[in-house]
Amino acid sequence: MPQKIALKDQNLESRVYGARTVTAVCLVVFALGIILARYYSLQVSQYEIYRTQSERNRVQLQPLPPKRGLIYDRNGVLLADNSPSFILSVVRERVQDLDATLAELAQLVPVSRSDLERFRKKLPRTRPYDPVPLRFRLTEDERAILAVNRHRLPGIVVDAQLLRRYPHGELFSHALGYVGRINEREALEVDETDYRGTFHIGKVGIEKYYEDELHGTVGYQNVESNAHGRVLRVLERHDPLPGADLVLHLDYNIQKAARDALGDRRGAVVAIDPHSGGVLALVSTPGFDTNLFVNGISTRDYSALRDSPDVPLFNRAVQGAYPPGSTVKPFMGLAGLESGLMTPESTVADPGWYKLPGESRRYRDWILRIRGTGHAPQVDLKMAIAESCDVYFYDLARRLTIDRMHDYMTPFGFGSRTGVDTTNERPGVMPSSEWKRNAIGQVWYPGETISAGIGQGYWLATPMQLAAATSVLASKGQRRVPRLLKTLDGEPVTAPPREPVTATPEHWAAIFDGMREVVHGERGTADYLADGILYEMAGKTGTAQVINIAQNEVYNEEEVAERHRHHGLFIAFAPLEAPTIAVAIIVENGGGSSAAAPIARAVIDTWLFGEADPTIGQNDNG
Amino acid sequence: MANDYVRQMPHQGSHSMARAPGAAMRLHIDVPLLILLLLLTGYGLFVLYSASGQSMAAVVRQGRFFLVAYVAMFVAAQISLQRYARWAPWLYLAGVGMLVAVMFAGVGAKGAQRWLQIGGFRFQPSEIMKLAVPMAVAWFLAERMLPPRFAPVMGALTLLGIPALLILQQPDLGTALLIASSGLFALFMAGIGWRYILGAVVLGVASAWPAWMFVLKDYQKQRILTMLNPESDKLGAGWNIIQSKTAIGSGGWEGKGWMQGTQSQLDFLPESHTDFIIAVLAEEHGLRGVLVLVSLYLLILLRGFLIGLRAQTSFGRMMAGSLTLTFFVYIFVNMGMVAGLLPVVGVPLPLVSAGGTSIVTLMAGFGILMAISTEQRMVAR
Repeated sequence: MPQKIALKDQNLESRVYGARTVTAVCLVVFALGIILARYYSLQVSQYEIYRTQSERNRVQLQPLPPKRGLIYDRNGVLLADNSPSFILSVVRERVQDLDATLAELAQLVPVSRSDLERFRKKLPRTRPYDPVPLRFRLTEDERAILAVNRHRLPGIVVDAQLLRRYPHGELFSHALGYVGRINEREALEVDETDYRGTFHIGKVGIEKYYEDELHGTVGYQNVESNAHGRVLRVLERHDPLPGADLVLHLDYNIQKAARDALGDRRGAVVAIDPHSGGVLALVSTPGFDTNLFVNGISTRDYSALRDSPDVPLFNRAVQGAYPPGSTVKPFMGLAGLESGLMTPESTVADPGWYKLPGESRRYRDWILRIRGTGHAPQVDLKMAIAESCDVYFYDLARRLTIDRMHDYMTPFGFGSRTGVDTTNERPGVMPSSEWKRNAIGQVWYPGETISAGIGQGYWLATPMQLAAATSVLASKGQRRVPRLLKTLDGEPVTAPPREPVTATPEHWAAIFDGMREVVHGERGTADYLADGILYEMAGKTGTAQVINIAQNEVYNEEEVAERHRHHGLFIAFAPLEAPTIAVAIIVENGGGSSAAAPIARAVIDTWLFGEADPTIGQNDNG
Repeated sequence: MANDYVRQMPHQGSHSMARAPGAAMRLHIDVPLLILLLLLTGYGLFVLYSASGQSMAAVVRQGRFFLVAYVAMFVAAQISLQRYARWAPWLYLAGVGMLVAVMFAGVGAKGAQRWLQIGGFRFQPSEIMKLAVPMAVAWFLAERMLPPRFAPVMGALTLLGIPALLILQQPDLGTALLIASSGLFALFMAGIGWRYILGAVVLGVASAWPAWMFVLKDYQKQRILTMLNPESDKLGAGWNIIQSKTAIGSGGWEGKGWMQGTQSQLDFLPESHTDFIIAVLAEEHGLRGVLVLVSLYLLILLRGFLIGLRAQTSFGRMMAGSLTLTFFVYIFVNMGMVAGLLPVVGVPLPLVSAGGTSIVTLMAGFGILMAISTEQRMVAR
């Protein structure tokens, strides 16, 4: 098309093109200027921000959980330690598809529904890039499977953690308590920083009471890791401070002796060193394997424990409040002497029953149904304690009145928590007219004073209280807060002293004399304990009614259901001249004190000689 | 060859400097452009070694692509402009035909259908169109009065619109954008009236809403939203932008040093050796390194414009302008998207990002530029 070409104006085209090129160059320079301005802004103006961001990407602060303090008995027997356990965790931020990853993991290792539930619950409460535990206690095989598949599963972390272990799980269950996984409520209470990387916390007992000491201080390390969460190297490390090791006053041998002596009966044994206030044994049966709780007990195991009629989770030693029964008689006796209402020599007529002036109701002595009469025509304090004469103390109680009784008993610790260093301690009840008005809203009846005189009725005491009170007797008034903890990280811990109980030496001697007769006297209620005994023991038997027995009904051990049998109690201390141990024992539905007393002999023998005499209490009538 | 008459044309006029044609001229090579390209590709390989996690294999692979690309450039430089002009409509028609074929018989990956499989050979017709579209538009306009009037403008828009739409539906927003702009640049350099440009801008703004509603796919919308606010999806689509901005910003002025970029070496930066390689460069070599790169790019662009200015035919001028400006679009879009200025579209950093086809196409484009340059020199003598 020659015409067309002829029509084209080459000069015009050139000029237009030149102008457009200039425009284009301007455009290009301007646009590249914008780009460079952007890079300048990122790399120079905001350099610090992005440098920090990049460091945060690269460097991760990892918490190093501290090693939980170990727990030993007084002789160095390990009661709680830590053993390595492998945990499978997931870092949410490094996982592309969480559901797919969880499904894949479930194919590789067993993941239970409760594992998943816990994981999902924990997920929103975890800081970004912190691993969230999915499975605990991986077996060696499971670890191998995960190691092989790890490259396919970014964001999966398997690491070792020290897990609490109780070598003597059941034996010390109530003495130590246990740790368990931190629950939502606890997570809010603890210091968030200090518990980063820690999954367990003391739930009950010593483990809870000394949580702060046992836990230690968290450490941390800065690690360089890549985008897949693989740690490449450690840049900086601050070691955690391990928790303090605890040495307890508890003695493995005594604990074991007490536990063995209790056998499969329900009950509690508390032994205290009167000098130090140290708790030498704290047994409550049945116990349970505390190791079950460390990593979340299964629902089935837990309901079995919770629903058992023997209530194994109940710490009878500090939570169980029982009528102390006749074990209160030595304390009452001392109150009588100190009040001046009687002397060791004064006597009370004992026909086998007691009547309040102007009332027809007869308060029977326990001896009545056995002998048809009283202990003796006239009973003095020594005989009253040795033979556990009820009439003597009915009379004393009436004369003392409930409110003065309350004032004499309170210094021994009745009616208030001993303050022992464990959890869930209950205060029991030391009744008074004021207490009854407040608690029940009724006036005090004189008949109730009579029951209270032999430790029945409203009076409730825990085995820990009884042991502490017995320890006060043993030390002639010295009173300390009972302590399980002996040394903390090697430093001795002294039990805080309390206001002592004062009495004249003759009065102490009279009570000691009576309690000695219980074991060593010919007609002592626990005379069977004296067989082959190499030391002098002071004791007092007790029986607590579980059901009320009507006025004319007679309690027949054979006929009542096991659950309705009397609780057997016994308190003791030894050796008489310089007591080093005081014990309190209760055997639920044991029928009577003879179920409890042999346990005291076993415990004290073990304390004094290192082993129990196996023949104790076996030939006797139960 | 009989058709190659321009090169055999005896030189006319008073330019009688008896300069013997050098080797470069005989090989139709534009030496300044070649030097700049060698510097750029060398720098690119250097960065790639670090960006690929110090993989020599990746560098060798890329080196092989460069070898093929330089051969393609050399071959493209030997072909005369007249022949390009004559081939333009046929190449264009063949390209459109293949794009249609892709629609029906294409193969693809990641939800996009972009490849044609012929025997054991797989290729992307859209790559051909990157050259065929500016060529066809330049050919179409060169035949007509310049600056173009309304009808030729509409014709040219149709020429570039058909392949752009075909590629957009594959979907491949990045390539469609590059191809449409290559045609538009040809129109621009042809001297299209400013009122058309203004009109197009107004139309573009006005059509943003319908485009959002009806044309853009969900993932494309997501990319735009992510660009506007990467924090909204920190671990998903926003991750790339946050990480690339972090990489760039943390490089500072001096950079962390070659192979010392933590963002790239520790895998925080995605696509570090392909589309996001500029972030590696910025992190390891700092703003200094970015300035060196942008300077190289700018010099190449200026050389391209100079070749266009010196071109003797309308076809040559429009081709040169279009190729140069398209090269610029690559740079602008890639560097802009990695720095979070533009939405993420699949546009590589030209001649630096790892990847074969775009490099070959780009270098073939530079071959055509050299053909334009050599024509001008031949004419000039």
